Amino acid sequence: MTDMKKSPTEQERVGVYVCHCGSNIAGTIDVAEVAKWAEKNPNVVVSREYEFMCSSTGQELIENDIKEKGLTRIVVASCSPHMHEKTFREATERGGLNPFLFEMANIREHGSWATNDKNAATIKAKALVNGAVERVVHHAPLEKIPVSINPNTLIVGGGIAGITAALELAEAGRKVFLVEREGTIGGHMAQIDKTFPTLDCSACILTPKMVDVGQNDNITMLSYSEVESVEGYIGNFNITVRKKARCVIEDLCTSCGICEEKCPQKVVDNDYGAGISTRKAIYRSFPQAVPGYPVLDKENCTYFQTGKCKVCEQVCPTHAIDFEQEDELINFDVGNIILATGYDLFDARKIPQYGYGRLPNVFSSMEFERMVNASGPTSGHIVLRDGETEPKSVAIVHCVGSRDQNYNEYCSKVCCMYSLKFAHLVHEHLPEAEVFNYYIDMRTPGKGYEEFYHRLLNEGTHFIRGRVAEISDANHHADEEGKLVVQAENTLLGIQQRNAVDMVILSAGIQSRHDAEDVSKLFKMGCDYDGFFNERHPKLAPVSTMTDGVFIAGACQGPKDIPDTVAQAGAAASQVAKLISQGTVMMEPVRASIREDECSGCRICNTLCPYGAIEFDAEKEVSRVITALCQGCGTCVAACPSSVIDGAHFTNTQVYAELKGILWDVQEEVIAKQEAI
Amino acid sequence: MKYGYYPGCSMEKNARSYHTSTLAVAKPLGIELIEIDDWNCCGATEYIAINKVPAYALVSRNLALAADQGDSKNLVAPCSACYLNLKKADHCLQENAELKEKVDISLDAGGLSYDPGSINVQHLLETLSVDIGLDAIKAQVKKPLHNLKVAPYYGCLVPRPGTMESFDDPEHPISMDKILAVLGATVVDFPLKAQCCGGHMTQISEDTALELIRRLLKNAADNEADLIATLCPMCQLNLDAYQDAVNSHFGTNFKIPIVYFTQLMGLAFNIPADELGFGKEIVSTKSALSKITDEAPKPKRSRERGKKNASLPMPIMAEEG
Repeated sequence: MTDMKKSPTEQERVGVYVCHCGSNIAGTIDVAEVAKWAEKNPNVVVSREYEFMCSSTGQELIENDIKEKGLTRIVVASCSPHMHEKTFREATERGGLNPFLFEMANIREHGSWATNDKNAATIKAKALVNGAVERVVHHAPLEKIPVSINPNTLIVGGGIAGITAALELAEAGRKVFLVEREGTIGGHMAQIDKTFPTLDCSACILTPKMVDVGQNDNITMLSYSEVESVEGYIGNFNITVRKKARCVIEDLCTSCGICEEKCPQKVVDNDYGAGISTRKAIYRSFPQAVPGYPVLDKENCTYFQTGKCKVCEQVCPTHAIDFEQEDELINFDVGNIILATGYDLFDARKIPQYGYGRLPNVFSSMEFERMVNASGPTSGHIVLRDGETEPKSVAIVHCVGSRDQNYNEYCSKVCCMYSLKFAHLVHEHLPEAEVFNYYIDMRTPGKGYEEFYHRLLNEGTHFIRGRVAEISDANHHADEEGKLVVQAENTLLGIQQRNAVDMVILSAGIQSRHDAEDVSKLFKMGCDYDGFFNERHPKLAPVSTMTDGVFIAGACQGPKDIPDTVAQAGAAASQVAKLISQGTVMMEPVRASIREDECSGCRICNTLCPYGAIEFDAEKEVSRVITALCQGCGTCVAACPSSVIDGAHFTNTQVYAELKGILWDVQEEVIAKQEAI
Repeated sequence: MKYGYYPGCSMEKNARSYHTSTLAVAKPLGIELIEIDDWNCCGATEYIAINKVPAYALVSRNLALAADQGDSKNLVAPCSACYLNLKKADHCLQENAELKEKVDISLDAGGLSYDPGSINVQHLLETLSVDIGLDAIKAQVKKPLHNLKVAPYYGCLVPRPGTMESFDDPEHPISMDKILAVLGATVVDFPLKAQCCGGHMTQISEDTALELIRRLLKNAADNEADLIATLCPMCQLNLDAYQDAVNSHFGTNFKIPIVYFTQLMGLAFNIPADELGFGKEIVSTKSALSKITDEAPKPKRSRERGKKNASLPMPIMAEEG
């Protein structure tokens, strides 16, 4: 330490506080040693260790030391700045200092949690603390930038999550833009027959909400549309939406449905119909669709494919069909965004030994959901693929694609419950039929869920604990002929079992949307390895993201059922409502600025800025940062050939000082090498 | 394209027709198979379970010879057991330093050495379906096998080489299906295609083996296969030589010829049948092969337009081939 170069700003009086975080840090790092060592730095006036720095007593230590010992800079070595930077900045401010005269050293996530090696963790903690001390002496007082919040909100995804959030905000008097990729809102919930465990009719509870959305003046519904670009930042997003051409003039269409009725082209409906029913080339997914205008599917339309037909145009009484219609780009501003983009069902074709797509009487859960629905292709009758024969025995396979290291390791959370619901529906529709549920573990946590399982036990469902190995039409004996043989190990009996049934339903799990990664990039937020959007904190900020002003709700964040989705949607809406009623938020003053008198006007920074935040003053021939647009990314700072762009709070001096501090034990070596070069 | 070739013991005796048909079809496909000089038995399926170190040393000697003779980095084995043993030995020597040390001592005693990973062991089906490809095979088809209904039988070892990566789906392989289809044959659904033939169980528990063989024959017969195409000498032997025993044991009357897929390739390439080893099988192929016609079968129309049909649509499968 003694050989350490003295800082030119030695007059700064730094206080260092090393947190134990219970045993989270102190269990691995010798915090007393770190605090004692830090005190040797010539800038450090006081260095302490404390059990919980985030507690009110911990914060008071900082406040009192500032007042009593005349501290001018604060360093807290504890957890990630994501956790408590705000806490300690506020404590610094209460002590009478500018909050930016504080620096945090992350010795928990980057130290004690990363290793069990106590010695190594302690050495690293010292380096991080020293880096923070060397940095903080160069900090400058900064003022937060007030940003006003546009009271309008963009909601992406018109499933039950998006619908709920939109209604919450609209009913509070706020304007909402609801963007839905499909021709109608409703999402997966509109496909489902009954909801567990109460067995409410899904459509009966959903469609009134869809109607409310359609009729609410505060909601601008953009169906058959996708978000094309997102610019700006919290409070001030500029959104461009591509409204795809549905070839129907919305102002003229009366939703009479005659085009759909007369269209000669029938196609398999792979979206709403789950591939088990058909629709026309011009269609509404279902009669209660909102909006009620149909969509013309160009890929299957006879006119678009052969140049002849136009039946829909001829029969339309209001001349609402427009084959020439083009995509429309719509631009608007919002203050906040809620992503409620939902999930994809696991594709059971990926498990060939289950025979889906090969064996006609193997059905996916969504196919069964549509079949058992009164508005489905069989008017609710449970039949085999031939459309006529009622099955006498049905096997329901849980965990298809879930809890399986070959596919998705996680539990999809809803499949046990919906598989139980299926078993109940089979019993209800076909009282003579035998039902076999193959499960790994029965997972029914939720209000009334376990009771529903008990109800099924009493209804006579056979529960077989074991993962199904194979579903095959290869029969070994005459009694298996014409049936599907389900092979599984019954782990309660400890035996291999072959079970010949008429019908198999694969309870496919929940996956992130196939394009979730693209969406996360578009909205500049993160998703996890499985493609689910990352929340800001798994417990305490479940609907916020790392991007201010962008919130998430529903299954796009992780598998969840309808009640949880609705609760999250409400939470996201209330987060947005909070920001709207605040009116302004204070933003980090981490912004770039250009020293105009030294700027050569080369304009390199102009095109590099990803936020379009740099303008060129042609008269003075210098570039200038538009502070409100700057996001503080630092691209221009690094790119400027004259080094005349400063990134506030990340100046070269600050960053080099931090590096030098971290590398204190090899400093001389580094300097020697530098000099040699 | 040059490949090292490890025929294995079976190919010289009971699976002679596999050997000759392999060499016969390799030629027009531009595959030069260079037999490893002085190769020895792979130890088949039992030895590894009984005495690990000598078993691995035995297999590794072949890998060492292949690497030493240096004709090609790729080593082709048409027999399932040989393929598995060679691949497994190469894999385990990379994973298990202790085993490698012991095997090295054995190899050294014979003046040999082997650097694990330097030889790429392939099954013949992998060479044909991945390296050569369907287009090249199709280009050689001169006499398509129209109307011949074939059950593709992979057995258990080739699709599932332990913890190592397989070139095909381990549960539902399709690479041989695709080859047979380009030959013009009708590939029937054969759900038991990747199940075990019983292996050497015929010598240990005949009842068990016969039941396994019966299931396979029944499944092929249920799906109206004219013959079963196999890629393994053990599978061919069990299904062919024990068919009579199955019939008398269960009172069945199976008469399903069992041929190597390379024999069918040869037929489609218009290579004379006797050069492909036909006639060596126990269940005669005569009546099955007489079903081959010059005319391609008419494609089945799955659903007639306008006809009232109550059945529900099937899920769409990704385009194959």
